[in-house]
Amino acid sequence: MFYREAGQYKTTYAADMAIFPIRQDRWGLALILFVAFVVIPTFGGPFLLNTMMIPFLVLSLAAIGLNLLTGYTGLLSLGTGAFMGVGAYACYKLATWFPQVNILVWIVASGFVSAAVGVLFGLPSLRIKGFYLAVATLAAQFFLQWGFARAPWLVNYNDSGAIEVPRATLFGVPVTGPSATPVTRYLVVLTLVSIMAWLASNIVHGRIGRIWMAVRDMDIAAQLIGIRLLNAKLLAFAVSSFTVGVAGALMVFLWLGAAEPEAFNINLSFEILFIIIIGGLGSIVGAFFGATIMHLMPIALRALPAMIGLPIEAARVEQLTFMITGILIIVVLIAEPHGLARLWQTAKQKLRVWPFPY
Amino acid sequence: MDLFHAIFVDPFAQMISAPDLLAQTVWEGFVAGILYALIALGFVLIYKASGVFNFAQGIMMVFAALTLVGLNEKGVPAWIALALSVAVMYGLAVAIERLVLRPLVNQPDIILLMATLGITYFLIGFGELVFGGSPKSMITKQLYLPEGAINLHVLGGQVQLQKLDIAAAVIAMLMVAGLALFFQKTRIGRALRAVADDHQAALSVGISLNQIWVIVWFTAGVVALATGIFWGARSDVSFALQVVSLKALPVLILGGLTSVPGAIVGGLIIGIGEKLGEFYWGPLLGGGIESWLAYMIALVFLLFRPQGLFGEKIIERI
Repeated sequence: MFYREAGQYKTTYAADMAIFPIRQDRWGLALILFVAFVVIPTFGGPFLLNTMMIPFLVLSLAAIGLNLLTGYTGLLSLGTGAFMGVGAYACYKLATWFPQVNILVWIVASGFVSAAVGVLFGLPSLRIKGFYLAVATLAAQFFLQWGFARAPWLVNYNDSGAIEVPRATLFGVPVTGPSATPVTRYLVVLTLVSIMAWLASNIVHGRIGRIWMAVRDMDIAAQLIGIRLLNAKLLAFAVSSFTVGVAGALMVFLWLGAAEPEAFNINLSFEILFIIIIGGLGSIVGAFFGATIMHLMPIALRALPAMIGLPIEAARVEQLTFMITGILIIVVLIAEPHGLARLWQTAKQKLRVWPFPY
Repeated sequence: MDLFHAIFVDPFAQMISAPDLLAQTVWEGFVAGILYALIALGFVLIYKASGVFNFAQGIMMVFAALTLVGLNEKGVPAWIALALSVAVMYGLAVAIERLVLRPLVNQPDIILLMATLGITYFLIGFGELVFGGSPKSMITKQLYLPEGAINLHVLGGQVQLQKLDIAAAVIAMLMVAGLALFFQKTRIGRALRAVADDHQAALSVGISLNQIWVIVWFTAGVVALATGIFWGARSDVSFALQVVSLKALPVLILGGLTSVPGAIVGGLIIGIGEKLGEFYWGPLLGGGIESWLAYMIALVFLLFRPQGLFGEKIIERI
């Protein structure tokens, strides 16, 4: 009805190739950004910001990172949690070595450390493919997690053995540590996630993204048309690990505030993987859809029964979450193997041609 | 030079000076390896027959063991509980075939793998919901599994063999032999091999794929139950065993996804290698290397043989 491009004429090739060719999409995006940057911080309480929005954004960013590797390049990884850990520990070390430098610089810089580690563990991907590679990334997961627990140097030999986030300020306003308000932390996370999502979107829509998709669809064919598999795959590992590493640093510094090695275990890797399965493999917006469902479902399970007067205990909630996650994955895969993002596309297409079927 | 000594000389000197300890470590690794091999065997069965990389195999093992113990806790006698667990595994096989495999037929492999991840999470949640999340101990006594240990005085010391481990090894071998016979000699076994070879050709000679899938998943479920009983007896029955079951993955890729002997050899290599590594080289790195050594061993093997030790050669065409 309102969603159609009738009357919107494109006069340049650039306009025709735009990511959001329809005016309503651009308005929609602007509206979402306005709500995210202005409405939510102004009216949202600490519960909304701390428990829902910040984790949602962090998980989305990690899912975008994994999606670059698994969804776009077709390299299945089960080591996301460990790479998030690399980002978090790197950020902690850098921030405590040079406390005078702006914390945002270190959050981004920790991504480069994570990227380096990612490339190292990506090297086997040149010879190993598919399921075999998934198991190889499990090696990264367990090895790195073991490393986090065994190297007290990583946490500056403190007694707790956990990352304790130092206080850091930005323009005189505390952004990390106990004194930072939820609104500041939310805005910092939101800004970084928006920028990185925008960059990721540009990468996958450009030459590099096409190279990755060619490798995903058939790597031998891609090689034959002149794509260097070595560079393409390692670049995918590097960019993906960079994004995931930044997400890890954000998770510890702006969401949790402290983290033990156990925080980066294989369940975190699975959670991120499920986000991209449900949201849609090979889609940036899908990462946000998937994170919404995977993160909000447990919260809703806790809140809803209490609201209608049927309180259920915490252990039950966890078990139900597991069950529903499992069912959801199977249902999504059966209904639409490309996830919610594809359903969203289909719905938009239907709206565009409504009331005609096509 | 010290490092060189500590890595390449000292461990071997220790092995030679205390052969009984070496024998003990190898035995421990052997038993662990057999149990890894059994989990991997379930994977191979399913992969061969349906091309599904069944990530849920490890969880099926825990789920089966949990069903057995949980039913027994609710007052069902051990043997009936065992029979009921087998029935539950059959029900699970039928449900998976109907609700997951059939709608997803002809999808890419990676989608099927992810569907089994969904099954994994469902079974974890469901198992804990029904039987509770606290660790339980396996009902070894009621199942007449032997207890205690045999002390062998050999090699100038003594080696302790748990009777339970011996039973596990014997039953594992019987099961592998039984499966081999089943595959080679029976009608269903022949049908299974036909399906593994070529789905379409099997269909065209009148083999029902759906039936075969149920049988294969059920067989894998029974293997999972047997494995679960022994793993459960060695530690507690809880979903913490999931980490153990993930160890079957390196075993699997080491042996090759499609090879039953590969699963067994891979299991033994990983099991023994892991225990030796932990015992002799672990202290150098601060211990606990068991958690990742198996994956690293598999990774190194893979770099030289990407299809595993016994896997079919991967031929890629455009």
